[in-house]
Amino acid sequence: MAVLNEEQTMLKDMASQWVRDRLPVTALRGLYDHGGGGLSGSDGYDAEAWAEMAQMGWCGIIVPEAHGGADFGYLSLGLVIEELGRTLAASPLISSALVAASALRLAGTQDQQARWLPGIADGSLIGTLALDEGPHHAPERTALAATASGDGWTLSGTKRPVQDGMIANLAIVAARTSGAPGDRDGLTLFLVPTDSAGLERQPLDQIDARRPALYRFESVNIAVNDVLGEIGKAADLIDAIRDRAAIGMATEMLGSATQAFDITLDYLKTRVQFGAIIGSFQALQHRAAELFGELQLTRSAVETALAAIDADDPALPALASLAKAIAGETLHRISSQMVQLHGGIGMTHEHDAGLYLKRARVAEQCHGSTAWHRERWARLNGY
Amino acid sequence: MAEMEPIDREEFRQEARAWLKANFPPALTNVPGLLFQGDAHAAAANDDYQLWRQRMTDKGWGVPTWAPRYGGAGLTEAHGKIIGEELAAIGGFNPIRSYGTMMLGPTLLEYGDEAQKLEHLPFIASHERRWCQGFSEPGAGSDLAALQTKCIDMGDHWLVSGQKIWTSGADQADWCFVLVRTDTERKQGGISFLLVDMQSEGIEARPIVLISGSTHFCEVFFNDVKVPKGNLVGEVNQGWTIAKRLLQFERNSLSEVKADITPLAPLAHDYLGTDALGRVDSPDLRARMVRNAMRHEAYMATVRRLAAEGKNGGPSHGVSALKNLWSGIIQERAELLVEIMGAYGLGWAGDPYSAAEKEATRAWLHSKAFSIYGGSYEVQNNITAKRTLGLPG
Ligand SMILES: Cc1cc2nc3c(=O)[nH]c(=O)nc-3n(C[C@H](O)[C@H](O)[C@H](O)COP(=O)(O)OP(=O)(O)OC[C@H]3O[C@@H](n4cnc5c(N)ncnc54)[C@H](O)[C@@H]3O)c2cc1C
Repeated sequence: MAVLNEEQTMLKDMASQWVRDRLPVTALRGLYDHGGGGLSGSDGYDAEAWAEMAQMGWCGIIVPEAHGGADFGYLSLGLVIEELGRTLAASPLISSALVAASALRLAGTQDQQARWLPGIADGSLIGTLALDEGPHHAPERTALAATASGDGWTLSGTKRPVQDGMIANLAIVAARTSGAPGDRDGLTLFLVPTDSAGLERQPLDQIDARRPALYRFESVNIAVNDVLGEIGKAADLIDAIRDRAAIGMATEMLGSATQAFDITLDYLKTRVQFGAIIGSFQALQHRAAELFGELQLTRSAVETALAAIDADDPALPALASLAKAIAGETLHRISSQMVQLHGGIGMTHEHDAGLYLKRARVAEQCHGSTAWHRERWARLNGY
Repeated sequence: MAEMEPIDREEFRQEARAWLKANFPPALTNVPGLLFQGDAHAAAANDDYQLWRQRMTDKGWGVPTWAPRYGGAGLTEAHGKIIGEELAAIGGFNPIRSYGTMMLGPTLLEYGDEAQKLEHLPFIASHERRWCQGFSEPGAGSDLAALQTKCIDMGDHWLVSGQKIWTSGADQADWCFVLVRTDTERKQGGISFLLVDMQSEGIEARPIVLISGSTHFCEVFFNDVKVPKGNLVGEVNQGWTIAKRLLQFERNSLSEVKADITPLAPLAHDYLGTDALGRVDSPDLRARMVRNAMRHEAYMATVRRLAAEGKNGGPSHGVSALKNLWSGIIQERAELLVEIMGAYGLGWAGDPYSAAEKEATRAWLHSKAFSIYGGSYEVQNNITAKRTLGLPG
């Protein structure tokens, strides 16, 4: 654990307690049907729990005080996210309070911040990032077209997956205002209310029982003052937002991996076979010892990255990719081993191991996969 | 000791920086300190090194936290850390660092009597006495407590006979700290910790050639060696407790930050070439290099995190897990380096191979030892499983 101040310790304790009481893994289970798919008609989150989270001020942790937030830093927000990750709590906290809030903080005009941030901070409004369009994260391949019309813009194209896309009120949409897919130049971000005419949303029934969405834009009109940042020059801004998103995701993954490891370790200490507790078998002891080592690396990479955002560290891009890639690799291994070390029971939908495994793979792909971030780190470091 | 105030910290940093700048011989900049630590002849032959060693001895900064009467400077851990950082910043090294400062010294400070401390610590603090570690035996490696070197109480002295093996630097050492058996009835409870002068009659150290060509490791034979009564540390049969403490100091020093690892990327560009995008022209090797480099960075962040949390002690803080991460990452890097060099990384001697290539080859061979000494990889995993994770058995 990072060295925390008194307020941060209180926040962490409170989050830990609340998550266990209010959104234990059984809460996520409630979003699944008996066959192991997402419950039909589900929004992929618990709206009442979300309201409680907002009440506790969690949605405004990184929002400036002037806009109703606490301006308490990313490391603090990370404390909450890690706890949510422990129980696989489904909520739009990362999408809205971290990603959308970061985008507005980084590039929003005074007016844009005043319009959107207070709602994000008090939880009455959910924001999200609509960036990816294909099977893999690749911002420069953005094809969704924005054409000038009158004194505004018209958007046409598709986005998927949009995290928490069915419950979001505000989507920050990456579009191409010039150039061709593959160019870093010509990208622009737009602030798009999700009830805009011409925007159709379709829920995606995903293995983790969340409800991301497929967005279809058919000539959606955008006012000129809903451009976020500079026209045609959003590539760096997109990187900066995605880096914060990736660090948020890595933080959730740290929580999930830690909990998955703890649950597995408990099982190793109780399950008996061949007249012995299976945790006394050396092969399993060594696997546990190695996974414990990986968890150490992951915690360090994640906490370093969170602190780097707060410190405005120029090394942030590399640290973000380091955190996401290391967390991705660790959670992948631990979630697979969670199933393996539980044996047959680990294969059942009734057991939690499958829930950790499914969320792990979703989280790995979210905001840049493990492979994507490794490649990026490699380039940033001259390989 | 009281924590330092930030203001004192900054003041001391300035002071340390100025003193080091004035006293560290520029000719030694970026020279690996290990060169002298491992080789008494190289150390004796190098005037710059001798000057540097003398200055640090006089200042007491080789062991800054030890009391002045033991040759230290009586400073806090925080001061010591600052000295280390400032030294690293100018490409310097601690000329006093040795088995004595890393292992025996801290152990004597806890378990030695005053006479033993006064007799040995000042010579460790000046690096005038080289020490070696006589623990392992042919039949006692991982199961160290199976050791059999006999030690009999002869009234006015101890009589030691037996064989040690893998004793690093025994051929150059002045003294040896030895684990001996003083009771054959009890395994762990029958071991004592003895300080032996390597000049004593009846001691013979025979170098062993390792796969890396190094001959710093010896078999050491004790044939009825007489050792003074006052050389036994702690109580008779308390040796196992003392040895375990010493091994903790050893593990801690092994998993210290190795910040001086040069990035592989530029070397890989040279040896493998680049593709049209300027990337290392071997996707598979590049991917493995990158993964290793990322793990190395996360490992360094872990060392910093544990230090910030004030955790650098025992198994509850995962020292064994850390040692395995360290040895694994460094060994993999050494493998990658020779693989990058290809056929040029496979030379043993001769002009066609550059000095850096030959060094990489030897370092790769030597790196295989990292997961064997100081507790093997498997033994560390046993410790993590049982002591850190609480698994049974
Ligand atoms: C370069 C180098 C320097 C050294 N320097 C010194 C020194 O200065 N002084 C000194 O006293 N010693 C020194 N050693 C010795 C070192 O401490 C031993 O080699 C080490 O303790 C392992 O013992 P061993 O070689 O007898 O191997 P063994 O203990 O016989 O091990 C053989 C294999 O069995 C495995 N194994 C053993 N027990 C278990 C178990 N319970 N569970 C699972 N696997 C197990 C080991 O991990 C290893 O893979 C040095 C060794 C090397 C390589």
